Amino acid sequence: MICNVCGKKEATIHLTEIVNNQAMEMHLCEECAKEKGTELKGPFSFKDLLTGLADFSQALNQTGAEELKCPSCGLTYKAFGKGGRLGCSGCYRAFAKLLLPLIKRVQGSTQHVGKRPEKLSPAVKSQVESRKLQEELQRAVQAEDFERAAQLRDEIKALAEKVKSPRKKDPKKK
Amino acid sequence: MKTDDFLKSSCGWLKGTGQYGDIVISSRIRLARNLKDFHFEARLNQAKAKELIKRLEEAVHSCNYLKKALFVRFSELSELDKQLLLERHLISREHSLGKGERAVCISENEIVSIMVVEEDHLRMQVLQSGFSLSEAWRILSQIDSELERFLEYAFDSQLGYLTACPTNVGTGLRASTMLHLPALIMTKEINKILQALAKLNLASRGFYGEGTQASGNFFQFSNQITLGHSEEDIIDNLERVLRQVIEHEKEARLMLFKKRRGMLEDQIWRALGTLKSARIISSQETISLLSLVRLGLDLGLVAGLDVQKLNDLFLLIQPAHLQKLFGKELSAAERDSKRAELIRSHLKSIVLV
Repeated sequence: MICNVCGKKEATIHLTEIVNNQAMEMHLCEECAKEKGTELKGPFSFKDLLTGLADFSQALNQTGAEELKCPSCGLTYKAFGKGGRLGCSGCYRAFAKLLLPLIKRVQGSTQHVGKRPEKLSPAVKSQVESRKLQEELQRAVQAEDFERAAQLRDEIKALAEKVKSPRKKDPKKK
Repeated sequence: MKTDDFLKSSCGWLKGTGQYGDIVISSRIRLARNLKDFHFEARLNQAKAKELIKRLEEAVHSCNYLKKALFVRFSELSELDKQLLLERHLISREHSLGKGERAVCISENEIVSIMVVEEDHLRMQVLQSGFSLSEAWRILSQIDSELERFLEYAFDSQLGYLTACPTNVGTGLRASTMLHLPALIMTKEINKILQALAKLNLASRGFYGEGTQASGNFFQFSNQITLGHSEEDIIDNLERVLRQVIEHEKEARLMLFKKRRGMLEDQIWRALGTLKSARIISSQETISLLSLVRLGLDLGLVAGLDVQKLNDLFLLIQPAHLQKLFGKELSAAERDSKRAELIRSHLKSIVLV
C-alpha cells in the first residue's frame, strides 16, 4: 500500500481515526506519519462541545452574565465559558440560572436519580425527602387518587415546617 | 520506587479472561467525586491541595478494600513512573500532565485506582478483564460508600454529585469497555455501528480514552449522560447495546473465516512475519500488527502462543515499559529497535510455515 500523503513511499502506519463518528482510514509512510503526527485531529472533546453550544454563547451575551461571579470561589461565568470547568460546588448555585438550561441540553435532565451519600446534611436530606414526596404527589394527582394526594400535601407541609424550626422537638418523643 | 513492582506482574485487566474475553478486552467504571469543603481543582491552591491529599490518604487507609493499596504523591514519582502508570491505564493523561500537588492510590492487583486531584478531587476506577461492568460497579460502589464514611462529598439534592464539569454531574459515573473489533473494520461495518452508537448518546474513543485515536482496531465505548438515570440503568443500557456490537463482531469474524479465509490468513501471517523479522518498529505499527495476531489466536488460525503472553506484549512495547524493562532511558530510535528485539524474543514460540 502506498502512503496517502506523499503517494510515493510504502505505507507502514495504518490509522483509523474517528471524525464525526465516521471511521476514516489513513495509510501513511513512516516519515509522513511523523510529520503529521501532531496534526492528526483527535475525536472532539466534550469540553469543546460544551463551550461551543449555541445557548452557551447566548447566555454569555445576556446582560450582566459576563460579570456574574461565584461568591464562594470568585470564578466568573466568563472564565467558566472559556475553561469549561467550574471552580467549586457553590458555582452551581451562583450560575444556576444559566447552568441549568445548559445541563438540561447536555444531559437531557436536571434531576439526579441514583446513588446518594448516606451521610447527608439535614438540609439536603429534607430537600431530597421533599422532592420525593412532590414527585409522588404529582403521580397521585395524575392517577386521581386525591385521598393520597391530600395526605402527601400534608406531609410536604410538615416537612417544610420541620426545616424552618429544626430545634423544636418532636412532641411524640419522650 | 514501588511502581517498578508493577513490571513484574501482568495487568489484571489484560488477562484476556472473563465474559466475551475474545472481543471485550476490559471493562471500566469510574466515579467522579469532590469534597464539600474544598474548591474544585481549577481554583484549588497548593496548600489546600496538600491538605486534601492528606485527608484522602487517611480515608483510603481506613478503607477495608484499600488497606494494602499503594498511595503515592506525584512529587515522589519520576516522569517515567507516571508514563508507566499511564500506559497501564492507572492514571489518565490529564492527571499525568498536571502540575502541582497530585496523588494516586492503586490497589495491589491494579483493579482499583483512585486519582487524587484530577479534574475532580477524586476520580476512582475499577478496571477488569472481559465484559463485567456490573461487577466493576459493585466493587466501586462499595469503595465509594466506605470512603464516604470518612469524607463529605459535594452533593446537591437536585443535581446529585457535583463535578467540575457539568458533563459529569449527577452520578459522576462513566462506564466504558474496550472492544477489539478487527472484523468489523475489515468488513467496513464499523461506520454504521459508530453512527448508531452516537445516536444512542454513547461515546467512542481510542485506546487511551478521551482525545486519543483508535489504534489497532481497539475502541472504547462509554456513556455520555451522567444525570437523570441511575447507575444501574446507565450500565444496563450500555451493556445491552454493546452485546449487540459484540454479536456483530462475532458474525463478521465468522463470515470472514468462512468466506474470506485466504485473505484473513494472509493478513494475519504477514503481520506475524513482520513482527518476527522487524529490526525497527514503532508502537503504533506494533499494536496494529498484534491486533491481527490476536485475531488469529482467537480464530484458531495461529497456535503456539497463549493469549496472556500476547496481551502482555501490548503493554511491554510501550515507551515507558520498554525503558523500565531495559533499565535505561532510550531515545525514540533506540526504543524502536529494542521494541523489535523484545517482540522477536516473545514470539519465538511461533514458527512461520
